[in-house]
Amino acid sequence: MSKDERGRPTRRGEPYMDEPEAKPFWAACREHKLTAQRCSSCKKIFGFPPQAFCPHCLATEYEWVALSGKGTVYSQIAYHRSWHPTYQDKIPYNVSLVDLQEGGRLVTNIVGCAPEEVKIGMPVEVVFEDFPDYTLPKFRPVK
Amino acid sequence: MANISGKYCIVGIGETVVGKRPDATTNSLHLEAIKACLDDAAIKNSQVYGLLTNQPLNDSHRSYAVKLAHMAGINPLFATDLALGGATPIAMVQHAVMAINAGMATTVVCVHARKRSTADPTPGHPIRRGDEHWEEPWGHFAAAGGHAFAASRHMYEFGTRSEDLAEIAISTRKHASLNKNATMRKPITLEDHQTSRMIVAPLRLLDCSLESDGGGAVLVTSAERARDFPKKPVAILGMGQHHPHFSLLDAPTLTTLGGKKSSEMAYKMSGLGPKDMNFAQIYDCFTITSLITLEDYGFCKKGEGKDFVKNGRITIGGQLPLNTHGGLLSQAHLEGQLHITEAVKQLRGNEVEPERQVANAQVGIVSGHGGSLAMHATLILGAL
Repeated sequence: MSKDERGRPTRRGEPYMDEPEAKPFWAACREHKLTAQRCSSCKKIFGFPPQAFCPHCLATEYEWVALSGKGTVYSQIAYHRSWHPTYQDKIPYNVSLVDLQEGGRLVTNIVGCAPEEVKIGMPVEVVFEDFPDYTLPKFRPVK
Repeated sequence: MANISGKYCIVGIGETVVGKRPDATTNSLHLEAIKACLDDAAIKNSQVYGLLTNQPLNDSHRSYAVKLAHMAGINPLFATDLALGGATPIAMVQHAVMAINAGMATTVVCVHARKRSTADPTPGHPIRRGDEHWEEPWGHFAAAGGHAFAASRHMYEFGTRSEDLAEIAISTRKHASLNKNATMRKPITLEDHQTSRMIVAPLRLLDCSLESDGGGAVLVTSAERARDFPKKPVAILGMGQHHPHFSLLDAPTLTTLGGKKSSEMAYKMSGLGPKDMNFAQIYDCFTITSLITLEDYGFCKKGEGKDFVKNGRITIGGQLPLNTHGGLLSQAHLEGQLHITEAVKQLRGNEVEPERQVANAQVGIVSGHGGSLAMHATLILGAL
């Protein structure tokens, strides 16, 4: 593990694929489908990260449902400093909080436009970026 | 439920020299803070039976309160680590009050130290919050990022500008310039702020707090026992907490935080309101944190923080001196432990540099804030 200037291990850049509750999410991403848990009792979307019980009503039954992939930027920032070696040549880069149409929010990146073109309230839609071992949902402005 | 306002006091405080302490360790800084606190209260370690710590950010320090108590010659009847991030120092005082009120302790030391400026030789690994793997794959790594999300949203909703945040950085630095135990003492200007490098837009370097070595401690006891201590006791008049979300992913809003309900609880307990406060020591991990908290605490309406912080209002001599020690931004970042010790010093009235003393300080409010803008705790303190 690489270390920062104070000798502390740096952060990891990959998702943690073995989290049991999240395995179906990452498997669906691999097929370029954005999914979320929907409570079988109160019918609400759980939100992220995935978990075993409904955060709204504590019901234990849920199903994974496909989402529209549409959302809105709740907030957006631009990293001008790299905290991880893989981002050294990517600064400045956008990170956004996207509120999904059906409920739930993701930390993600808005791609397909420059960081300064990303605006709060902007409608966005999901795109998928494939890496050798996993696939990340990202978003682009709706044309 | 009986109101406990004014029934418990802080009777001792300790602060270490802060900044770069290359020869110190996490353990030694804690012990240094405890010793300074017990000396200030003129009490022996063998007379203290309670100790609370803020869980250090290293996994080699599990059950740290018990370990530290025994390192400090304290045989505790009450001890635990709390883990509310930067809300912990205030939460420790609250838990000390609760423990004494419950008859489980008579005097409790609340201590926090950290070694973040120079390398900590302690073995072990940094501990994590638990949801980082839902942030890091998209390049979100830093507290600066989480707070930049709040700043960006506050700017969108209320028209707050970077220049408004600068007012907090400039005033806080001015206070640090008057404090002999502050890390960054050279005054700064608006131009300095606006030309400091961008860290995570919209936050610049001078919107960000320091990484520090140092420690602080306070000793809490009952108002009856407080009379037996040599220093002027400072009464705990109001307490509150609120933790409205855990991560950025479940935050209902990032422009109103736990400070709203937490301060309402503390105001209610104390029978006081924002207008009664002679000073405010408001958690300032980033300038935006203080701006949002000033609004949440009712010093101005939501969205009007940008105007409230102008024209010297938050500088010593102004209506509401903010972070009279220089805060996390310019004195040292010890998760707000020194916001409490500074409030006590201001209320004792004779312990800070004269140019830094708030005139006739009788009541002040202190805030703590932790995690992904998630945790919040409030104390209202008063001179007895």
